[in-house]
Amino acid sequence: MNLTPQDYQVLTPYILLTTWASVLLLVDLFIPKERKSLTALLAALGLAVTLGFTLSQIGIEQTGFYSMVVLDGFSTFVNALLLLSGILGVALAHGYIKRMGIERGEYYTLLLFSVSGMMLMAQATDLIVVFIALELLSIPLYVLAAFARPQISSEEAGMKYFLLGAFATGFVVYGTALVFGATGSTNLYAILASASNGTSNLLLTIGAALVLVGFGFKVAAVPFHMWTPDVYQGAPTAVTAFMASGAKIAGFAALLRVFATAFPTLAVDMTDILWALAALTMILGNLIAISQTDIKRMLAYSSIAHAGYILMAFVPYGDPAVRDVSIAAGLFYLVAYAFTNFGAWGVVIALEKKEEKGLAIADYAGLGRKHPALAAAMTVFMLSLVGLPPTLGLVGKFYLFRAVIAAGFTGLAIIGVLTSLISAYYYLRVVVTMYMKDGEPSAERETWLGLTTALTAIITVVVSLVPQSLFAWASEAVLKLF
Amino acid sequence: MEFLLQPLTLLTFFPLLGVLVILFINAEAKNIIRWVALVTSLITFGISLWVLTMFDASNVNLQLVARYNWITVAGWNIQYFLGIDGLSILLVLLTAFLTPISILSTWTAIEERVKDFMIFFLLLEVGMTGVFLAQDLFLFYIFWEFTLVPMYFLIGIWGGPRRIYAAIKFFLYTMAGSILMLLAILWLGIYGGTFSVPDLVALGGIPADIQWWLFLAFTAAFAIKVPMWPLHSWLPDAHVEAPTAGSVILAGVLLKMGTYGFVRFNLPLFPEAAVRAAPWIALFATIGIIYGAMVSYAQKDVKKLVAYSSVSHLGFVMLGLFAMNPQGIAGAILQMINHGLSTGALFLLVGMIYEQTHTREIKVYGGLWKITPVFGSIMLIVSLSSMGLPGLNGFVGEFTILLGAFGSQAIGNTAYAIVSALGVIMAAVYILYMFQKMFLGPQGEIVDEVKQHGHALRDLNWREIVTIVPLLLFIFWIGLYPKPFFALMAPAVEHLVGMLPIP
Repeated sequence: MNLTPQDYQVLTPYILLTTWASVLLLVDLFIPKERKSLTALLAALGLAVTLGFTLSQIGIEQTGFYSMVVLDGFSTFVNALLLLSGILGVALAHGYIKRMGIERGEYYTLLLFSVSGMMLMAQATDLIVVFIALELLSIPLYVLAAFARPQISSEEAGMKYFLLGAFATGFVVYGTALVFGATGSTNLYAILASASNGTSNLLLTIGAALVLVGFGFKVAAVPFHMWTPDVYQGAPTAVTAFMASGAKIAGFAALLRVFATAFPTLAVDMTDILWALAALTMILGNLIAISQTDIKRMLAYSSIAHAGYILMAFVPYGDPAVRDVSIAAGLFYLVAYAFTNFGAWGVVIALEKKEEKGLAIADYAGLGRKHPALAAAMTVFMLSLVGLPPTLGLVGKFYLFRAVIAAGFTGLAIIGVLTSLISAYYYLRVVVTMYMKDGEPSAERETWLGLTTALTAIITVVVSLVPQSLFAWASEAVLKLF
Repeated sequence: MEFLLQPLTLLTFFPLLGVLVILFINAEAKNIIRWVALVTSLITFGISLWVLTMFDASNVNLQLVARYNWITVAGWNIQYFLGIDGLSILLVLLTAFLTPISILSTWTAIEERVKDFMIFFLLLEVGMTGVFLAQDLFLFYIFWEFTLVPMYFLIGIWGGPRRIYAAIKFFLYTMAGSILMLLAILWLGIYGGTFSVPDLVALGGIPADIQWWLFLAFTAAFAIKVPMWPLHSWLPDAHVEAPTAGSVILAGVLLKMGTYGFVRFNLPLFPEAAVRAAPWIALFATIGIIYGAMVSYAQKDVKKLVAYSSVSHLGFVMLGLFAMNPQGIAGAILQMINHGLSTGALFLLVGMIYEQTHTREIKVYGGLWKITPVFGSIMLIVSLSSMGLPGLNGFVGEFTILLGAFGSQAIGNTAYAIVSALGVIMAAVYILYMFQKMFLGPQGEIVDEVKQHGHALRDLNWREIVTIVPLLLFIFWIGLYPKPFFALMAPAVEHLVGMLPIP
């Protein structure tokens, strides 16, 4: 084994964050119970420093550790987004866990570990590393989901997420084993080289399909979405917010890298499967969301539906003419979704009371009058989730549907816009409740929460008007992927 | 700065300045907010007149163009592209003209959440003006969809008892059409490598079968907005539940966005498909004219009567547009303006009486002319204008449209024009029926009922007269001397007709 400094350079952000998290775990022991804000601050600082380092690596393309990990535009883009999600996750959690009486320093450490797992996932070019990263990101999340113990719903969420997550991981491992059996390697490049040698290989196809199932669980695609509503509802809301963005970003990043790098030869079979998955996810997610009365459950189904939209970007992954544009559109949509999602959950957190009160959509009645700024922010997020101007959601959908049409999947695009129409109904219901019904809601005023909500709302609107540089970055990020 | 000082940019976004100012005013200072909104919209109207002075009607190209690259990466070529020509100038003026009038009409009618109301109203003006000026499909789509949001709030917060139902129905119905258009826009963007409308028109050459689907997708968006029969069912709900100012803008401007869409996009972008569809559109338009008139006559609610009359009137506009000859299209554009003026005025007048009586049921009224002579006289003029009495504006538009429809090669059958002409007579029936029941005959029960509450029915006050008189002015002007209005659009219309491949 000869490892050069270059190998470590590839993983520097990951190493930095993991070390920071380990040290923070120790430091936290010496921070008194009533001053856990310091832990939060340190955690955010760690994420910010790592983010700074990640951004300094823009433009570097390198593989490391015998091609088991890679540093490229794609991983840098995804990692920056993940670290930003981590920071927003800390900002949302800080006041929330204190208020809910579940403030413990481990919260932040677990969150940091989970982010580092996600980052490794985006950099992995070997199925074994993918598996390790998957475990590293998931296990802290299982614990975080059950963080509000002994509250029964939170324990249930943790347990359910753990069982189904373990099941999903099982699929990934089994798929990896079959792929290894078919090609003699777990390295993505080696798999491609072996698969390109001609003969169609049933074993490889089955292996790839099993890996897809495993990631389908992680990103909450139908029909692997069953856990999502219960877990999103039962987990502490700050955890849900982070999970909904972070786990989705990481899951899609890995799915994308694995399929684009290792399985382009399987595109003939996979395209139809991905098409069906995307269509099913959009349809079911949006249809079931209509009947929800609990805001957390509604946003959970909305999150499922958005997994469907992002999946659309993957459908043409085997078509060299359009895959760059299409995957860049997927990345852009992930960014749009992450900001909107954090903002919307921020508003949910602001209205949530102890013992799971204040979570019915009906509890939002009168918000427009009582807390105009909060209601305006929530309106922006709802419009963005529907895909209406002037929000990032519209620009994201525009980009995405354009890619899908350019790839020739007009039918899928039609399903996409029609399900958006359905979604308008339930997102607007929140707006209706806030502005057109009378009530006496009370919202928490917390500095960090307020800042996060305001910032995400402003970004959602402003970036939609000047999306040029984000577009450019997303398109450059995918250039070297193939 | 150069960007902001473009006349059309200024015209579109000036109301945002008012929004910003209002945001910082205490919500309790209702009168200050009203004045700020009114002054903002009046200055915007002033800017629109300034634009008019710079406009050269003889030039058929886009004028006062503001064009900047906006998003140009990864095969995108989206521009910030505003421009005005003979097809849009009258509608832009109408928008800027009706907004201050509507704001004035809310002076005492809107007492709740005045601040929010004015913010949404000015935002709506930005969206509407943008729709008429945008020459890039992406930009157009943003403005187009954006108008939904403030209108949705205007209906949903300040509307009548069934406002939430009406607001959601309005929103979903309209969005259903526009998302199909979105797909067509994306297709065009990929096909042409640009979203700029003039460039796409110049490029042309879209295969006939695809052109047909794109035409249908655009038609879905615009036909719902117009609304064309049988897609009109959102309209009565939205109109009846909306507050007066909302109804005025809805009838006056928002419906015109649909008909304008046909002129600006469907005809030049998909000429072959448009010619192919012309007989069908004419058929639906004719059904709409007759159906709207018949349903109007059956209404017990005066606001609903006016709402259904819009279905009928907009049928004329569609008939004129798809006659595809200069008379038809010019008449249709003029009729868009006429409908905005007359129906806008009708909604204003209905709102004024409703503010005093809180009922719109026709049967409780009667003999109002005696009690409120000024109101009655103005109502008579507006009613006559709406039914197309010669000498008033409605006649000029409808007559020109029918002239165009009779001679239309695209429609190819004079039967539509003949049947549609019956619609003019039917309009007289329902309008005069309404006028007779409410303003003539024995005194209605509402008069005493209002008296029991302490104050008798009053005639129009000075503010209401100021609100309505500008509309009357144009009703007479267009009716007696329409030449300057036709002159503004004639070259552009000729140019448009020249592009159509009429057999």
